[in-house]
Amino acid sequence: MLAVTAVAFLMFRYVGDPVRAMAREDSSVEERQELARALGLDQPVAVQYGKFVARVVALDFGISYRNHRPVAALIGERLPATLEIVFVATVLALAFGVPLGVLCALRPDGLAARAVQAVSLIGISTPTFVVGIALILVFAVTLKVLPSFGRGEVVTLGWWTTGFLTPSGIASLVLPSVTLCLFQMTLIMRLVRSEMIDVLSTDYIRFARARGLPRRYIHFKLALRNALMPVITVTGLQIGSLVAFAIVTETVFQWPGMGLLFIQAIYFVDIPVMAAYLLFVGFLFVFLNTVVDVLYALVDPRLRVRS
Amino acid sequence: MRVPGSVIVAGIVATLMILAAIVAPAIAPYDPTDMATYNLIDSELPPVWTGEGDARFPLGTDNQGRDLLSAIIYGARVSVGIGGAAVLLAATIGVSLGLLAGYFGGWIDAVVMRAGDIIMSFPTILLALLVSGLARALMPDGGSVGWTPFILIGAIAIHDWVQYARTVRAAAMVEGAKDYVKAARVIGLPGRRIMLHHILPNVMSPVLVIATINLAGAVLTEATLSFLGVGMPPNYPSLGTLIRIGNEFVFSGIWWIALFPAITLVILVLAVNMVGDHLRDRFNPKLRGRS
Repeated sequence: MLAVTAVAFLMFRYVGDPVRAMAREDSSVEERQELARALGLDQPVAVQYGKFVARVVALDFGISYRNHRPVAALIGERLPATLEIVFVATVLALAFGVPLGVLCALRPDGLAARAVQAVSLIGISTPTFVVGIALILVFAVTLKVLPSFGRGEVVTLGWWTTGFLTPSGIASLVLPSVTLCLFQMTLIMRLVRSEMIDVLSTDYIRFARARGLPRRYIHFKLALRNALMPVITVTGLQIGSLVAFAIVTETVFQWPGMGLLFIQAIYFVDIPVMAAYLLFVGFLFVFLNTVVDVLYALVDPRLRVRS
Repeated sequence: MRVPGSVIVAGIVATLMILAAIVAPAIAPYDPTDMATYNLIDSELPPVWTGEGDARFPLGTDNQGRDLLSAIIYGARVSVGIGGAAVLLAATIGVSLGLLAGYFGGWIDAVVMRAGDIIMSFPTILLALLVSGLARALMPDGGSVGWTPFILIGAIAIHDWVQYARTVRAAAMVEGAKDYVKAARVIGLPGRRIMLHHILPNVMSPVLVIATINLAGAVLTEATLSFLGVGMPPNYPSLGTLIRIGNEFVFSGIWWIALFPAITLVILVLAVNMVGDHLRDRFNPKLRGRS
């Protein structure tokens, strides 16, 4: 019980951190923004900061220096594109990462497991953009089967534009999301493998084996469920990093998402866009932390009893 | 413990590549930073073995007639240089702050560790982009070329120091409670001397392990930043910049400009990673299998 309360306490502290991170970061951007303008306005920083927060709450991020359009509208336009590839990449990473990890854990010395391990080592050493370029070279330039840039045709549903509903939209999704998911998949695979190996050596698994329960039941019902706990955490928290890594993927594939917007903002020193993007990422991190905590309680009955 | 053959090979490869990078001017056929050696007539020549190449340029040339082999050797030099400097800076900051936090505890500890938590909650690449973006915004000359390497080094180190600080802090707390440190304190040695001469040597081995793994990461981050166009400029390219240049030509079937720097980068990072992984497992068997 003490351990569980300690874990809960740690989790709450962890959830708290990104909030502070957000406040610190945007206040410093605000300060630097003032510096850059060389105005130094007479008001104290606290007042400016207060005003800034008030505007942010009202979703008013100011006007982009470069596009002369409200930043909120720009982000709203780009948001669906990024979220779509991040979503597809996460699903792909889980769909391939978990089974491969289980495979490696069940037959650690098998040929397949060794091959997967070797590939995963190459996977973490290859930068995202190299993967992207290689895929373009093979599938778009040489084989000419998949488009290599843009989103294809999109369907507008209210303010959300989606590429899921047209054939060209789906075809355009393939390469960017595969690129984006690769690193994530490696991470999930390695994690599932080490967790599975840990779980499989525990007493209750040995006991289940002694009882003569079917292997499938032991591996997938008993072991995998417990091994998935940390996987949920990591996957959830990594979605935030995926959004950041999407900057690279979007540049390679000219994907009209938020990452591309941010990179352009950096080229042209478009401070309002940079600040808004940062706020968005900070918000996303807090949001994901909360979701992960809730999921924890749903998956692990031990945590539910405490609360 | 036996060292696996693959790790030995990786170690040799990594050492050779880093050496080649250091002595680049001695082994590269041309000086790619000297524009006088470019000749537009030679531009976009394919590698020699395709039959259409020129024996003077074994790996072909880029869009400006620059010898690709020389550009890669010099590019590796820039990449390794920036990566190494970033690791050094991060380690220096991290070790000092970690020592202070671990030895003194109290508010120093709290401030350093909270700052670290906040930094760690942002992905490396995002933080590095942000730092380089802000640096360019703040500099009156728009971040001139001469400053770029230093901006890059700072942008990478600002994220990486946290790992060193956390490790050294934990180790310093353990060491600080041991008798020999107490004895040193009793005979009245100043805190600075205890930290540098008594505690530091005992916490160095994990620092070296982290530094090896970090080198791979720092080279990757630098390459990514350069690829995104906020890193090294084309006339003084790193591996990432070369890949960026090559990327524009992939569609016209000119694959070699992007491919060879990319292969170099992957082999370099892979070799360093393998050595780093092995060192980590060796020093801490508990971490085995974790990514």
